[in-house]
Amino acid sequence: MNSQVSLHDEPRTYIGKRQSRVEDEALLRGLGRYADDLAIPPGTLHAAVVRSPHAHARITRLVVDEALKRPGVRGVLTGEDVKLWASPFPVGVRQSMEHWCLAVDKVRHVGEPVAVVIAEDRYLAEDALEAVEVDYELLTPVVDPEAAADDEAPTLHEDVASNVVNDRHFRYGEPDTAFETAQRTLSLKVRYPRNACTPIECYVVVGQYDPAEGGYDVMANFQGPYALHSVMSRALQVPANRLRLRTPPDSGGSFGIKQGAFPYVVMMALAARKVGAPVKWVEDRLEHLQAASSATNRVTTIEAAFDDQGQVSALRFDQLDDCGAYLRAPEPATTYRMHGNLTGAYAIRHLEVRNRIVLTNKTPTGLNRGFGGPQVYFALERLMQRIAVELEIDPLDVIRRNLVPSDAFPYRCAAGALLDSGDYQRGIELGIEQGGLDELLARRDAARREGRRYGIGYTVAVEPSISNMGYITMAQTPEERRRAGLKNGAVSTATVSVDPMGGVSVHVSSTPQGQGHRTVAAQVVADVLGVSLESIRVDVELDTGKDAWSIASGNYSSRFAGAVAGAVHKAALKIHSRLVSIATQQWKVSAEDILFSEGRVYTQDGAHSISFHRLAGATHWAPGTLPESETGGLRETAFWTPAELTAPDEDERINSSLCYGFIFDYCGVAIDALTGRVEIDRYVTLHDAGRMLNPQLVDGQVRGAFAQAVGAALYEAFHYGPDGSFFSGTLADYLIPTTMEVPDPRILHMETPSPFTPLGAKGVGEGNNMSTPVCIANAVADALGDTVEPGDIELPLTPSKVRTLMGIEEPPRPEGVGEDSTETTAGGGSTLAASDDVEIPASPQRVFDSILDPDTLQAMIPGCHSLELTGENAYRADVTVGVGMIRARFDARVELTDLDPPRSLRLSGAGRSGMGDAEGAARIHLTEIEGGHTRLDYDYEVTIGGKIASVGGRMLSSASKMLIGQIFSRLSHQMSGAKVKRSLWQRIKHRLIDRGGDA
Amino acid sequence: MYIRHDDRHQVTLTLNGSERSAHAESRTQLCDFLRHQLGVTGTHVGCEHGVCGACTVIVDGRATRSCLMLAVQAEGRRVETVESLGEMEGLDDLQRAFRDHHALQCGFCTAGILMSCHEFLRRIPDPSEGEVRDMLSGHLCRCTGYTGIVQAVLAVARRRQNHREEEQ
Ligand code: FES
Ligand code: FES
Repeated sequence: MNSQVSLHDEPRTYIGKRQSRVEDEALLRGLGRYADDLAIPPGTLHAAVVRSPHAHARITRLVVDEALKRPGVRGVLTGEDVKLWASPFPVGVRQSMEHWCLAVDKVRHVGEPVAVVIAEDRYLAEDALEAVEVDYELLTPVVDPEAAADDEAPTLHEDVASNVVNDRHFRYGEPDTAFETAQRTLSLKVRYPRNACTPIECYVVVGQYDPAEGGYDVMANFQGPYALHSVMSRALQVPANRLRLRTPPDSGGSFGIKQGAFPYVVMMALAARKVGAPVKWVEDRLEHLQAASSATNRVTTIEAAFDDQGQVSALRFDQLDDCGAYLRAPEPATTYRMHGNLTGAYAIRHLEVRNRIVLTNKTPTGLNRGFGGPQVYFALERLMQRIAVELEIDPLDVIRRNLVPSDAFPYRCAAGALLDSGDYQRGIELGIEQGGLDELLARRDAARREGRRYGIGYTVAVEPSISNMGYITMAQTPEERRRAGLKNGAVSTATVSVDPMGGVSVHVSSTPQGQGHRTVAAQVVADVLGVSLESIRVDVELDTGKDAWSIASGNYSSRFAGAVAGAVHKAALKIHSRLVSIATQQWKVSAEDILFSEGRVYTQDGAHSISFHRLAGATHWAPGTLPESETGGLRETAFWTPAELTAPDEDERINSSLCYGFIFDYCGVAIDALTGRVEIDRYVTLHDAGRMLNPQLVDGQVRGAFAQAVGAALYEAFHYGPDGSFFSGTLADYLIPTTMEVPDPRILHMETPSPFTPLGAKGVGEGNNMSTPVCIANAVADALGDTVEPGDIELPLTPSKVRTLMGIEEPPRPEGVGEDSTETTAGGGSTLAASDDVEIPASPQRVFDSILDPDTLQAMIPGCHSLELTGENAYRADVTVGVGMIRARFDARVELTDLDPPRSLRLSGAGRSGMGDAEGAARIHLTEIEGGHTRLDYDYEVTIGGKIASVGGRMLSSASKMLIGQIFSRLSHQMSGAKVKRSLWQRIKHRLIDRGGDA
Repeated sequence: MYIRHDDRHQVTLTLNGSERSAHAESRTQLCDFLRHQLGVTGTHVGCEHGVCGACTVIVDGRATRSCLMLAVQAEGRRVETVESLGEMEGLDDLQRAFRDHHALQCGFCTAGILMSCHEFLRRIPDPSEGEVRDMLSGHLCRCTGYTGIVQAVLAVARRRQNHREEEQ
């Protein structure tokens, strides 16, 4: 069902206008009605939650007797009750792991609910928490996703063999051939941290139980998606119509996070059943930060095949997603939300993807504004920047060369996204021109001339909106999908009714969280019915017991402007056409002649005119005077789902969203040399979100997303200790940016309407959450330059992290000093030895030759400024090495000896710097392995003396381990990219021989 | 004298110009007292540890975090909350400026911010943008990115300044 209706016949009075919001007056007067403001039934009790202090433990004993004796305590809900009355939540992958609303045997993250104390007020309930006795048997926690994915790691869920609970491979086009035939390849490993767009209002839930009907009635500031309603009702073991779920009129923000309220809906429903009274729970900030929800942290290895001009032919993604302790619905949706458009704004036809979902002892993840986008773009756009650096060309050229061509829309991406509309090339040109890129480049030049660190970063992104409910099934194999029944679509609903006095009421099931849906819905209806904005009342409370809703209802995936406003439009058109048919009948005119405006319905020629309320009122007051087709009353509900959102196909292509907006961002950042603070000098963001329904609200969405993204880029992260303890439990630890940290972005717009949504609009609320973190990271990378390992650019780029990346730079050796004293011994220093191996995708002979090639050798040595040949396989090198905060600049001798091609050789070096001396040697063995690749084994010994050695043995050994590891991983990376050349010495010899021949 | 945390006290204060009185325990936070005992729910609670600023009210003329103050400490004081702003039938200039500059979205932080701005503009009628940002840095807003808020405050200050000049 996909009716294409346009606004052509309506005089547009409101749509597209910067309309101030109908919501605001009440909110500004303190008259908002948020969840904690609503009246509660007399006798309502209050809950407080006992939570696990441990990341991984077995509950061996839980005793509530003491707690029950505390003043005002009326009951305690425990895992035993939950097992009796409820079921575990259904999970999105086929694995036998159980997630209950309260821990029943084990706890798997700090803050996991263990029991609920129910008392006469919140203070008393909190008092009694300490009286609940819980004994734990501690188990080894797993915190790091890569460690958790190891076969040897302790498992969180005993019935599942591994912490990797889902592992899927996808191949589109011919990536292998593309990689084999590519002129160059480049790979990058990045980590995206845990953070959350945590709203200022925490969760609030009021649960009630009705034993007569056997049903639950819960009010919660839950935001959807309402697919989770079935997850909740199944957990409560009631049919969906026995779980009445209601939302309050106002919400204090969500940004995805309030999806995670659903386990508490079940918990408080059961708590009410336990004590036989309504139970209210208001989450506090510590509970919220440690246990509500989080973005999925991801480790990505991304690889590109490209040519010397930067044209990318293929991409490989290896994504390891850490969903925390439980795979909570709708996860692993983070992994698949972007699946169809993994190639971003680029026309890249060959793609290989491996997605693994791993569980760790951390808070379960869930919806978070940008959902899946920041993770994908962080990898993709960092890689595009690296390609430019590698080729020494302008990053914008790399971007431009790969964009989806302007005449290709709608464009089917490799993995199945159907990019609905756009003109990316024009977007770039507009952005450059109107955002003042030239000026920014001049600012960078000027800053650099003054010796300041200043960088520019770029990002392009497509911003998906209106999720296809079918994308979540990508975690299943095609066979599993077929068996479970194909899922797809995104049903949105809206109801418009006209009362006997002509007042218009609108209801939408989009559960807004501050975006202004009431205003936009009113704008849409006012234009269709020709009535004033003030005469319309929009209701956004959702009551699953009474209102029209569907599984896609709720506030997520930026679906309002495209889908919900479209449904509102459709419902208003139904009212419109009923009124037209009444008028045509009464006036004996044709439908085209009838106009609606300024509260009147009239004919173009002025012969007939009636007020809107009289005409509409007739359906109530005088149905007998109406045409026979009229049933009386005036209320229409519209459901709308787009035809383009089909289920995944046989080749595993999925159009994961209906609309794809375009974003082009760039920014200039300056880095404070003393503190490492990143200051955003200017941020330009261009958006094409199709038709803008209310430009003021669009800008508001962009600004809000941008501010959150600045937080994600520079300040915000959930930190965990190695034992899984949680370090970010207050807003003094979890740093949300304030006015002092958020600059005003320069916002630019263009409009290429979506052909697939009724009003041509697309979502716009999440784009900067996706594009901005990596744009800032690219700028920081540009500012720091080549001394920093690309993979070390990790978010958040806090001052201390950036300062560490910068190091304390030692100036170059002054002329004439130490010229002939590079023979050095580092006597009396600490000696470190270790060994390791690395796999290189090339034959031992090629590897061997490459090490002898001075260009490769220079590229292998991190921080190598210059390498000068002093004899056969002997060099003098100028190298900066960082250990902790210290950065020493070495004048070093590097030598390759004991050559036994292609089996082994020795790489040795000795150097001196103002910070101390170092010498070391590594024995390298090359062994041919499967696929003609090489395993490079090395063992090394390093001796360090002087100031550097004072940083301490542990730090030194990890630093040297990292440094030596970097040498060989850089070699591996060189080998998978550039062609191997002959060694310089060989080349010189050849040249000498050639010349000799000539003579 | 030993005070128990759950001793109950009669607390009387002037709320938005009227004398109000209710019972509070020694430990009851002012924000809870205002919201749940006196029924003025316009003041919100976002962190209960003094960082977010959502709970800001004016006590004896100074912007104050009501989550960091006990109800009993407000005994005999003048407390102003967001409900005191504007007139019966309309918004005041500051509130109107917030609406016009799209300085709020979910509105949860707004009451606290309005109270800080209200007090600030009384003290500093002609602030620079830097001063406004500095004052606002005591508040977290997760929705707006702050631009609209800063603009609204500056616009009101300018308008009031113009009025004063006209009157002279
Ligand atoms: S609730 Fe008082 S400062 Fe956050
Ligand atoms: S308007 Fe939502 S937190 Fe400020």
